[in-house]
Amino acid sequence: MTDRLPIRKTYKLFIGGAFVRSESGRYDRIEGGSGAAAAAAVNIPRGSRKDVRDAVAAARKSSTDWAERTAYNRGQILYRFAEALESRRADIGAPADEVGEAVDVLVHYAGWTDKLQPVLGGINPVAAPYLSFSVPEPTGVVGLVAPDSPPLLGLVAELAPALAAGNTVVVVLSEKLPLSGLDLGEVLGIADVPAGVVNLLSGRRAELAPVLAGHHALNAIVDASADAALGAEIDKLAAESVTRVRHAAPTRSYSDATADPLSRLEALTELKTAWHPVGA
Amino acid sequence: MATQEQRTSIVWDYAPAPESPDHVRLRDSYGLFIDGEFQEPVDGTRVPTINPATEEPVAEVAFAGAEDVRRAVQAARAAQAGWAALSGLERGKYLFRIARLMQERARELAIVESMDGGKPIRESRDVDVPLAAAHFFHYAGWTDKLSYAMGGRSVEPLGVAGQIVPWNFPLLMAAWKLAPALAAGNTAVLKPAETTPLTALLLAEILQEAELPPGVVQIVPGDGATGAALVREPDIDKVAFTGSTGVGKDIQSALAGRGIPLTLELGGKSANIVFEDAALDQAVEGIVNGIFFNQGHVCCAGSRLLIQESVADTVIGKLWERMGRLRVGDPLDKNTDVGAINSREQLDRIEALVASGEEEGAVRRTVACELPSRGFWFAPTLFTDVAPAHRIAAEEIFGPVVSVLTFRTQAEAIEKANSTPYGLAAGIWTDKGSKAFEVAAALQAGVIWQNTYNKFDPSAAFGGYKESGFGREGGLAGLRAYVRIAR
Repeated sequence: MTDRLPIRKTYKLFIGGAFVRSESGRYDRIEGGSGAAAAAAVNIPRGSRKDVRDAVAAARKSSTDWAERTAYNRGQILYRFAEALESRRADIGAPADEVGEAVDVLVHYAGWTDKLQPVLGGINPVAAPYLSFSVPEPTGVVGLVAPDSPPLLGLVAELAPALAAGNTVVVVLSEKLPLSGLDLGEVLGIADVPAGVVNLLSGRRAELAPVLAGHHALNAIVDASADAALGAEIDKLAAESVTRVRHAAPTRSYSDATADPLSRLEALTELKTAWHPVGA
Repeated sequence: MATQEQRTSIVWDYAPAPESPDHVRLRDSYGLFIDGEFQEPVDGTRVPTINPATEEPVAEVAFAGAEDVRRAVQAARAAQAGWAALSGLERGKYLFRIARLMQERARELAIVESMDGGKPIRESRDVDVPLAAAHFFHYAGWTDKLSYAMGGRSVEPLGVAGQIVPWNFPLLMAAWKLAPALAAGNTAVLKPAETTPLTALLLAEILQEAELPPGVVQIVPGDGATGAALVREPDIDKVAFTGSTGVGKDIQSALAGRGIPLTLELGGKSANIVFEDAALDQAVEGIVNGIFFNQGHVCCAGSRLLIQESVADTVIGKLWERMGRLRVGDPLDKNTDVGAINSREQLDRIEALVASGEEEGAVRRTVACELPSRGFWFAPTLFTDVAPAHRIAAEEIFGPVVSVLTFRTQAEAIEKANSTPYGLAAGIWTDKGSKAFEVAAALQAGVIWQNTYNKFDPSAAFGGYKESGFGREGGLAGLRAYVRIAR
């Protein structure tokens, strides 16, 4: 069996739960390939503006279903995601330690789904006979410009809180190191994460990120690019439709990813206050 | 005054649909779970545990003596520092494992729960077991977030917790006790109830499968003497008890002067209040769920039904008609609504209180249904013409018996609902939200259900006012009972 010719993996975008080539038909050739798919160089899809729009549409379509699931159910699915990633540690194009930390980050945020409301929400002691309460809700569709290093942990550190808070996500993967992110799509596909909740795009960051930031159906964008010029451009484009922006500091470890989880979660939630009369 | 009416004719009859116990792997005999292993009792005994639906033994179980309890506490003490020293994340991973294993073995746990305790398989399958797993899942997520539950304060575990759980929700109560204790870094000695130790012992097997470090949890079945020994152990740091108010008072008294934190979840005589503007058919379903769920063996059962006078006849008529359709019988039958009474002793207690109701002049109606010849059974029963001073209006029956009182005004409803030493729960049925919230604010009870009843969730605190106990279980409040604020 040693001389058996291995089957190589065709890297594809992950949009609406399906593995697709870029509609543009373009590709980039990069070093690497992971696990059984290891090769000197592989072709990866070079996503287009249209791919970004398709991904945002898929995320929008799945947004209501994901947001309306119980916090318990979302927690179970995020934990299932962690289980699936752990079982595929060897198949992900990232060092085993980095994958392990990413798994732990998912476990941490799986526990947040049903903790957000008691921590961020509450009853307002209003000076009138009303029951007034405030509860966090998902903001909706979140764009994520993933960092270059560490590519998998940095991606999961931003993805996990977005999902835990009930959002669906469109990711522009690291341009330099996109393979572990593309591999993650295969884990998502077996982890009970509903189709469209996470969408993964590879390609040129300068081409994709501005299209994403300026998309009017996007509710928030997390910029983990550590690129000040791109960050400023994202700010400007986001202003067109009052998209929330979070510029994320680099995440290099599990500790970084979980040191201030509430900031990551809060940035991707809305607070809803409801009033109800008491007595009258 | 007492009358028996014939059951309303049942329109639909069902073929039996029993859940098969083939899948269950029970040992003939269980030891005490101490330091990660099943051990022979040193000064304890071995007692058969009975299926209350058949009076047949299900398995033999070791009951812990005082020396066994001491060994269990020592094992918990020895393991505590190491358990607390794990990072929250790692402790959480163990709890997640336990939750997952409970989900995997859910069917088996449900069948054993019904065999050992008599509750309908529909309830153990759909309520007890999934909620127990959900509790572990919920608290698994708190382990590395404890300071968020405590307003930013940093916390320490209390140490070794002695925990005593009742027979009405054996596995679920074990989960309510163990999950928050372990999440906060405590170790535990849990005493399951005398009549229902089996699912806790299956949980012990799950703890082994999860490779929980030995000593983190001890499970020592026993009767009241075992529990009394546990709360009197010198080397415990926390006591949590769910059970009767009488025993709760004994425990509080036994701990007097020792400065040991205590939580008590005790009895109740909860008011279920139906206003004239309620959706009456929906309310009737809620009344039935409130009192006949788990044969009424529920501390928060809606055992005092308060109906506004203008709709009392209508509601009682609908309720009686609905009661006639309840299916009483084999707990393992998936059609069964009301299973077996948990023990001979409990059946005697119910029968004595029901007899007192008749003697004191209330009008009794009991559904005339065929009951199995063996086992412990009590048919659903409704009392009308109940006065607040009657024993059946004041004392906890803990059986499928509902006492109906009426009221004219909202103020009278609140007054009657609150005139009890208990304060565990209450139900409010009205289509007017502003009224529901106003009444909820005025009720002295720890849990208020509006247009629903008997709802439980790991994220929602549960516990009583007044003589129904103190401390809360569930949610972040449930963690508070197991931590010390670090200075």
